[in-house]
This record gives sequence, C-alpha cells and structure tokens, in this order.
Amino acid sequence: MSIIVEARELTKRYGADTAVDHLDLTLEKGQIIGLLGPNGSGKTTFIKMINGLLTPTSGIILINGEKPGVNSKRITSYLPERCALPDWMRIDDLVKMYCDFFTDFNREKARNMLADLHLDEKKTYKTLSKGNREKVQLILAMAREAELYCLDEPIGGVDPAARDYILRTILQNYNEEAAVLISTHLIQDVESTLDRALFLKEGTLVLNDTVDNIREKRGKSVDALFREVFAC
Amino acid sequence: MWDFTEDKPIYLQLTEQMCLRIANGTYRPGDKFPSVRDIATEAGVNPNTVQRAFAELERSGIVCAQRTAGRFITEDSQMIYKLREDLAKEHADNYLKKMASLGYNRNEAADFLSKVKEEL
Repeated sequence: MSIIVEARELTKRYGADTAVDHLDLTLEKGQIIGLLGPNGSGKTTFIKMINGLLTPTSGIILINGEKPGVNSKRITSYLPERCALPDWMRIDDLVKMYCDFFTDFNREKARNMLADLHLDEKKTYKTLSKGNREKVQLILAMAREAELYCLDEPIGGVDPAARDYILRTILQNYNEEAAVLISTHLIQDVESTLDRALFLKEGTLVLNDTVDNIREKRGKSVDALFREVFAC
Repeated sequence: MWDFTEDKPIYLQLTEQMCLRIANGTYRPGDKFPSVRDIATEAGVNPNTVQRAFAELERSGIVCAQRTAGRFITEDSQMIYKLREDLAKEHADNYLKKMASLGYNRNEAADFLSKVKEEL
C-alpha cells in the first residue's frame, strides 16, 4: 500500500512546551486511522501540521511525498476542531463555495447527505444549533473525493443517531485510494470502524497497531486499553 | 443486528455471526453473499476487517468466491449441517461448564435440562 503521510522526527514546541515530540509515523492509503489521546496530547497540533496550518519546529512532515502546500491541500480534506466557515452564509451558498474551491467536491453527495440529516439548505449557518453546524462541516469535508481526510473531533458534538450516520458515511465513502484520520475521545463509538489506533501521549506515539491486533494480543478493546494507559 | 463484545477481535466475531446466519438459514445455501461494503455499513465495521472475516469463511469453504460474480454460500448441505452442529456443540459445552461451576455433574445437568423442558 502506498504511503500518504510521513512524519520524521516531527516536533512542535510552543515556547517551553513541547506539543509534538520527535514523532516518527507513516500512514497508508486504504486505512481508517484513529488518532487517540487525552486532552493536550498533541492530536490537533499534529493534524494542523499535516494541513500546513502550523510549521514544525523541527523534523519533517510529508503528504504524498511533499511538504504541505498547494498540492497537499488539493488532496486533503480537513475538518478543523473549530468552525472556520463564514457563519453569515446559507448552507446552499457554502456548498457552492466548496464546489468553486475544490475540484474534487461532489455536490450531489453533499446534497444527499444534507437531505438525509434533514438540514434545510436555505438556512443560514449561524442560525443552526451547535450539533447541526458540526454536521454541515462534516458533510462539506466528506463530500470531497480526497486522498486524505483529516477529521479533528468529528462526532463530539452530535447526537448518537447522527453519530451513527456519520460513521456509516465514512464507511460508505471508504476506498482503497484514500486514508481517513479521525481524532476523537469517543473511542467506543469509532473502534469498530478503525483499521488502526494511534495513542498519543504528551506528544509521543505510545501505541500504533491495528484494532484487531490489540484485541487479539491483550484480550481487551482499544477503549479499555486507553482507559488503562491514560488512567488519571 | 450485529453486536460486538470487548474481549475478542472484531473479525472473529464477524466470522462467528456470519456462520450463525448461514447455520440458521438467514443466508441460504447457494445464495449470493452480501458485499464487503454492505456488511461494513450495516454492521458499522471497517471494510478491511470485513474482508478478513470473508477470507476466514472462504478458507473454511462455507463461502466460495467466484471471480467476477461475487461470493456465494456453499450448496454443500452436509457442510452447513456440520456447521450448525458445531455451533450447537459449543452452546451445549458452555451450558455444561456453567452447570459444573454450580456443582452439577454432566448427568445432573442433562436431567435438569429435561426437567426445565417439561416445565415450559
């Protein structure tokens, strides 16, 4: 399988704090990967470096063999943890904007998902509830035919039924030519959809294995292992 | 419904639950088997995990892959009969073990089962 993300000695410091600490990691296409770790473990920092929103202090991050830039952004669909959409726009305008921006945007797919989740395209984004805003953001991210999806906490704010729909959407969209990186605390909800789990602890990778290997070797779920590794 | 427990690999649980459906006739001999994507979205499971479960079923011969047409459930009724019996044996074995933990020997456990059957 081909490598889509490669990090070598990747480090990010904020003053005296080290958010990501000499991270060595490769992600392959055709996988759904869970980026798991407690608050402040470096998940968002790592995702932001993949997307070129933060510059590494040292080390290297490559997307499809290149440093983050125009080419990497063309093939990466990013769902930020915080909303980055202009909130005065209507949903249908946002869809149009994405259509103009990204050549891989599948408008049909977006509209179908909006209909499935009963989101009225004529509504203005800022009039939506928190959960519905998150759904719109996720739909816009998933409606692209990208090679890498970076979803930073995609299911945290939505109800369990919508959560199921979102995970099913991710599974339906699955193809061998794309990788999906999902950061979340809700391990139990995503566990069965993942190929691989990455545990990030204070900016370092403490576990990188497939979900079924973890279960086979340790006789427990990824969720149970997480509670053990990160016990407070 | 697909249900997964915490303690075992998901692909194994998928394999077990697909075998159960073949044994109890939900999927019938000679029928076309659902696709990876169908099972993945229905069960909320990673497609590569489903693929791995399918590989197990193919290896045991319960499901046969045909190059372009997809996967089919075996028409070998003997094999399905045996699958069903193996699963039943597992249940019986579990029952005996649990009864043993309560202090019943095998005969007592069997008698108890007949007694309960009469009462129902």
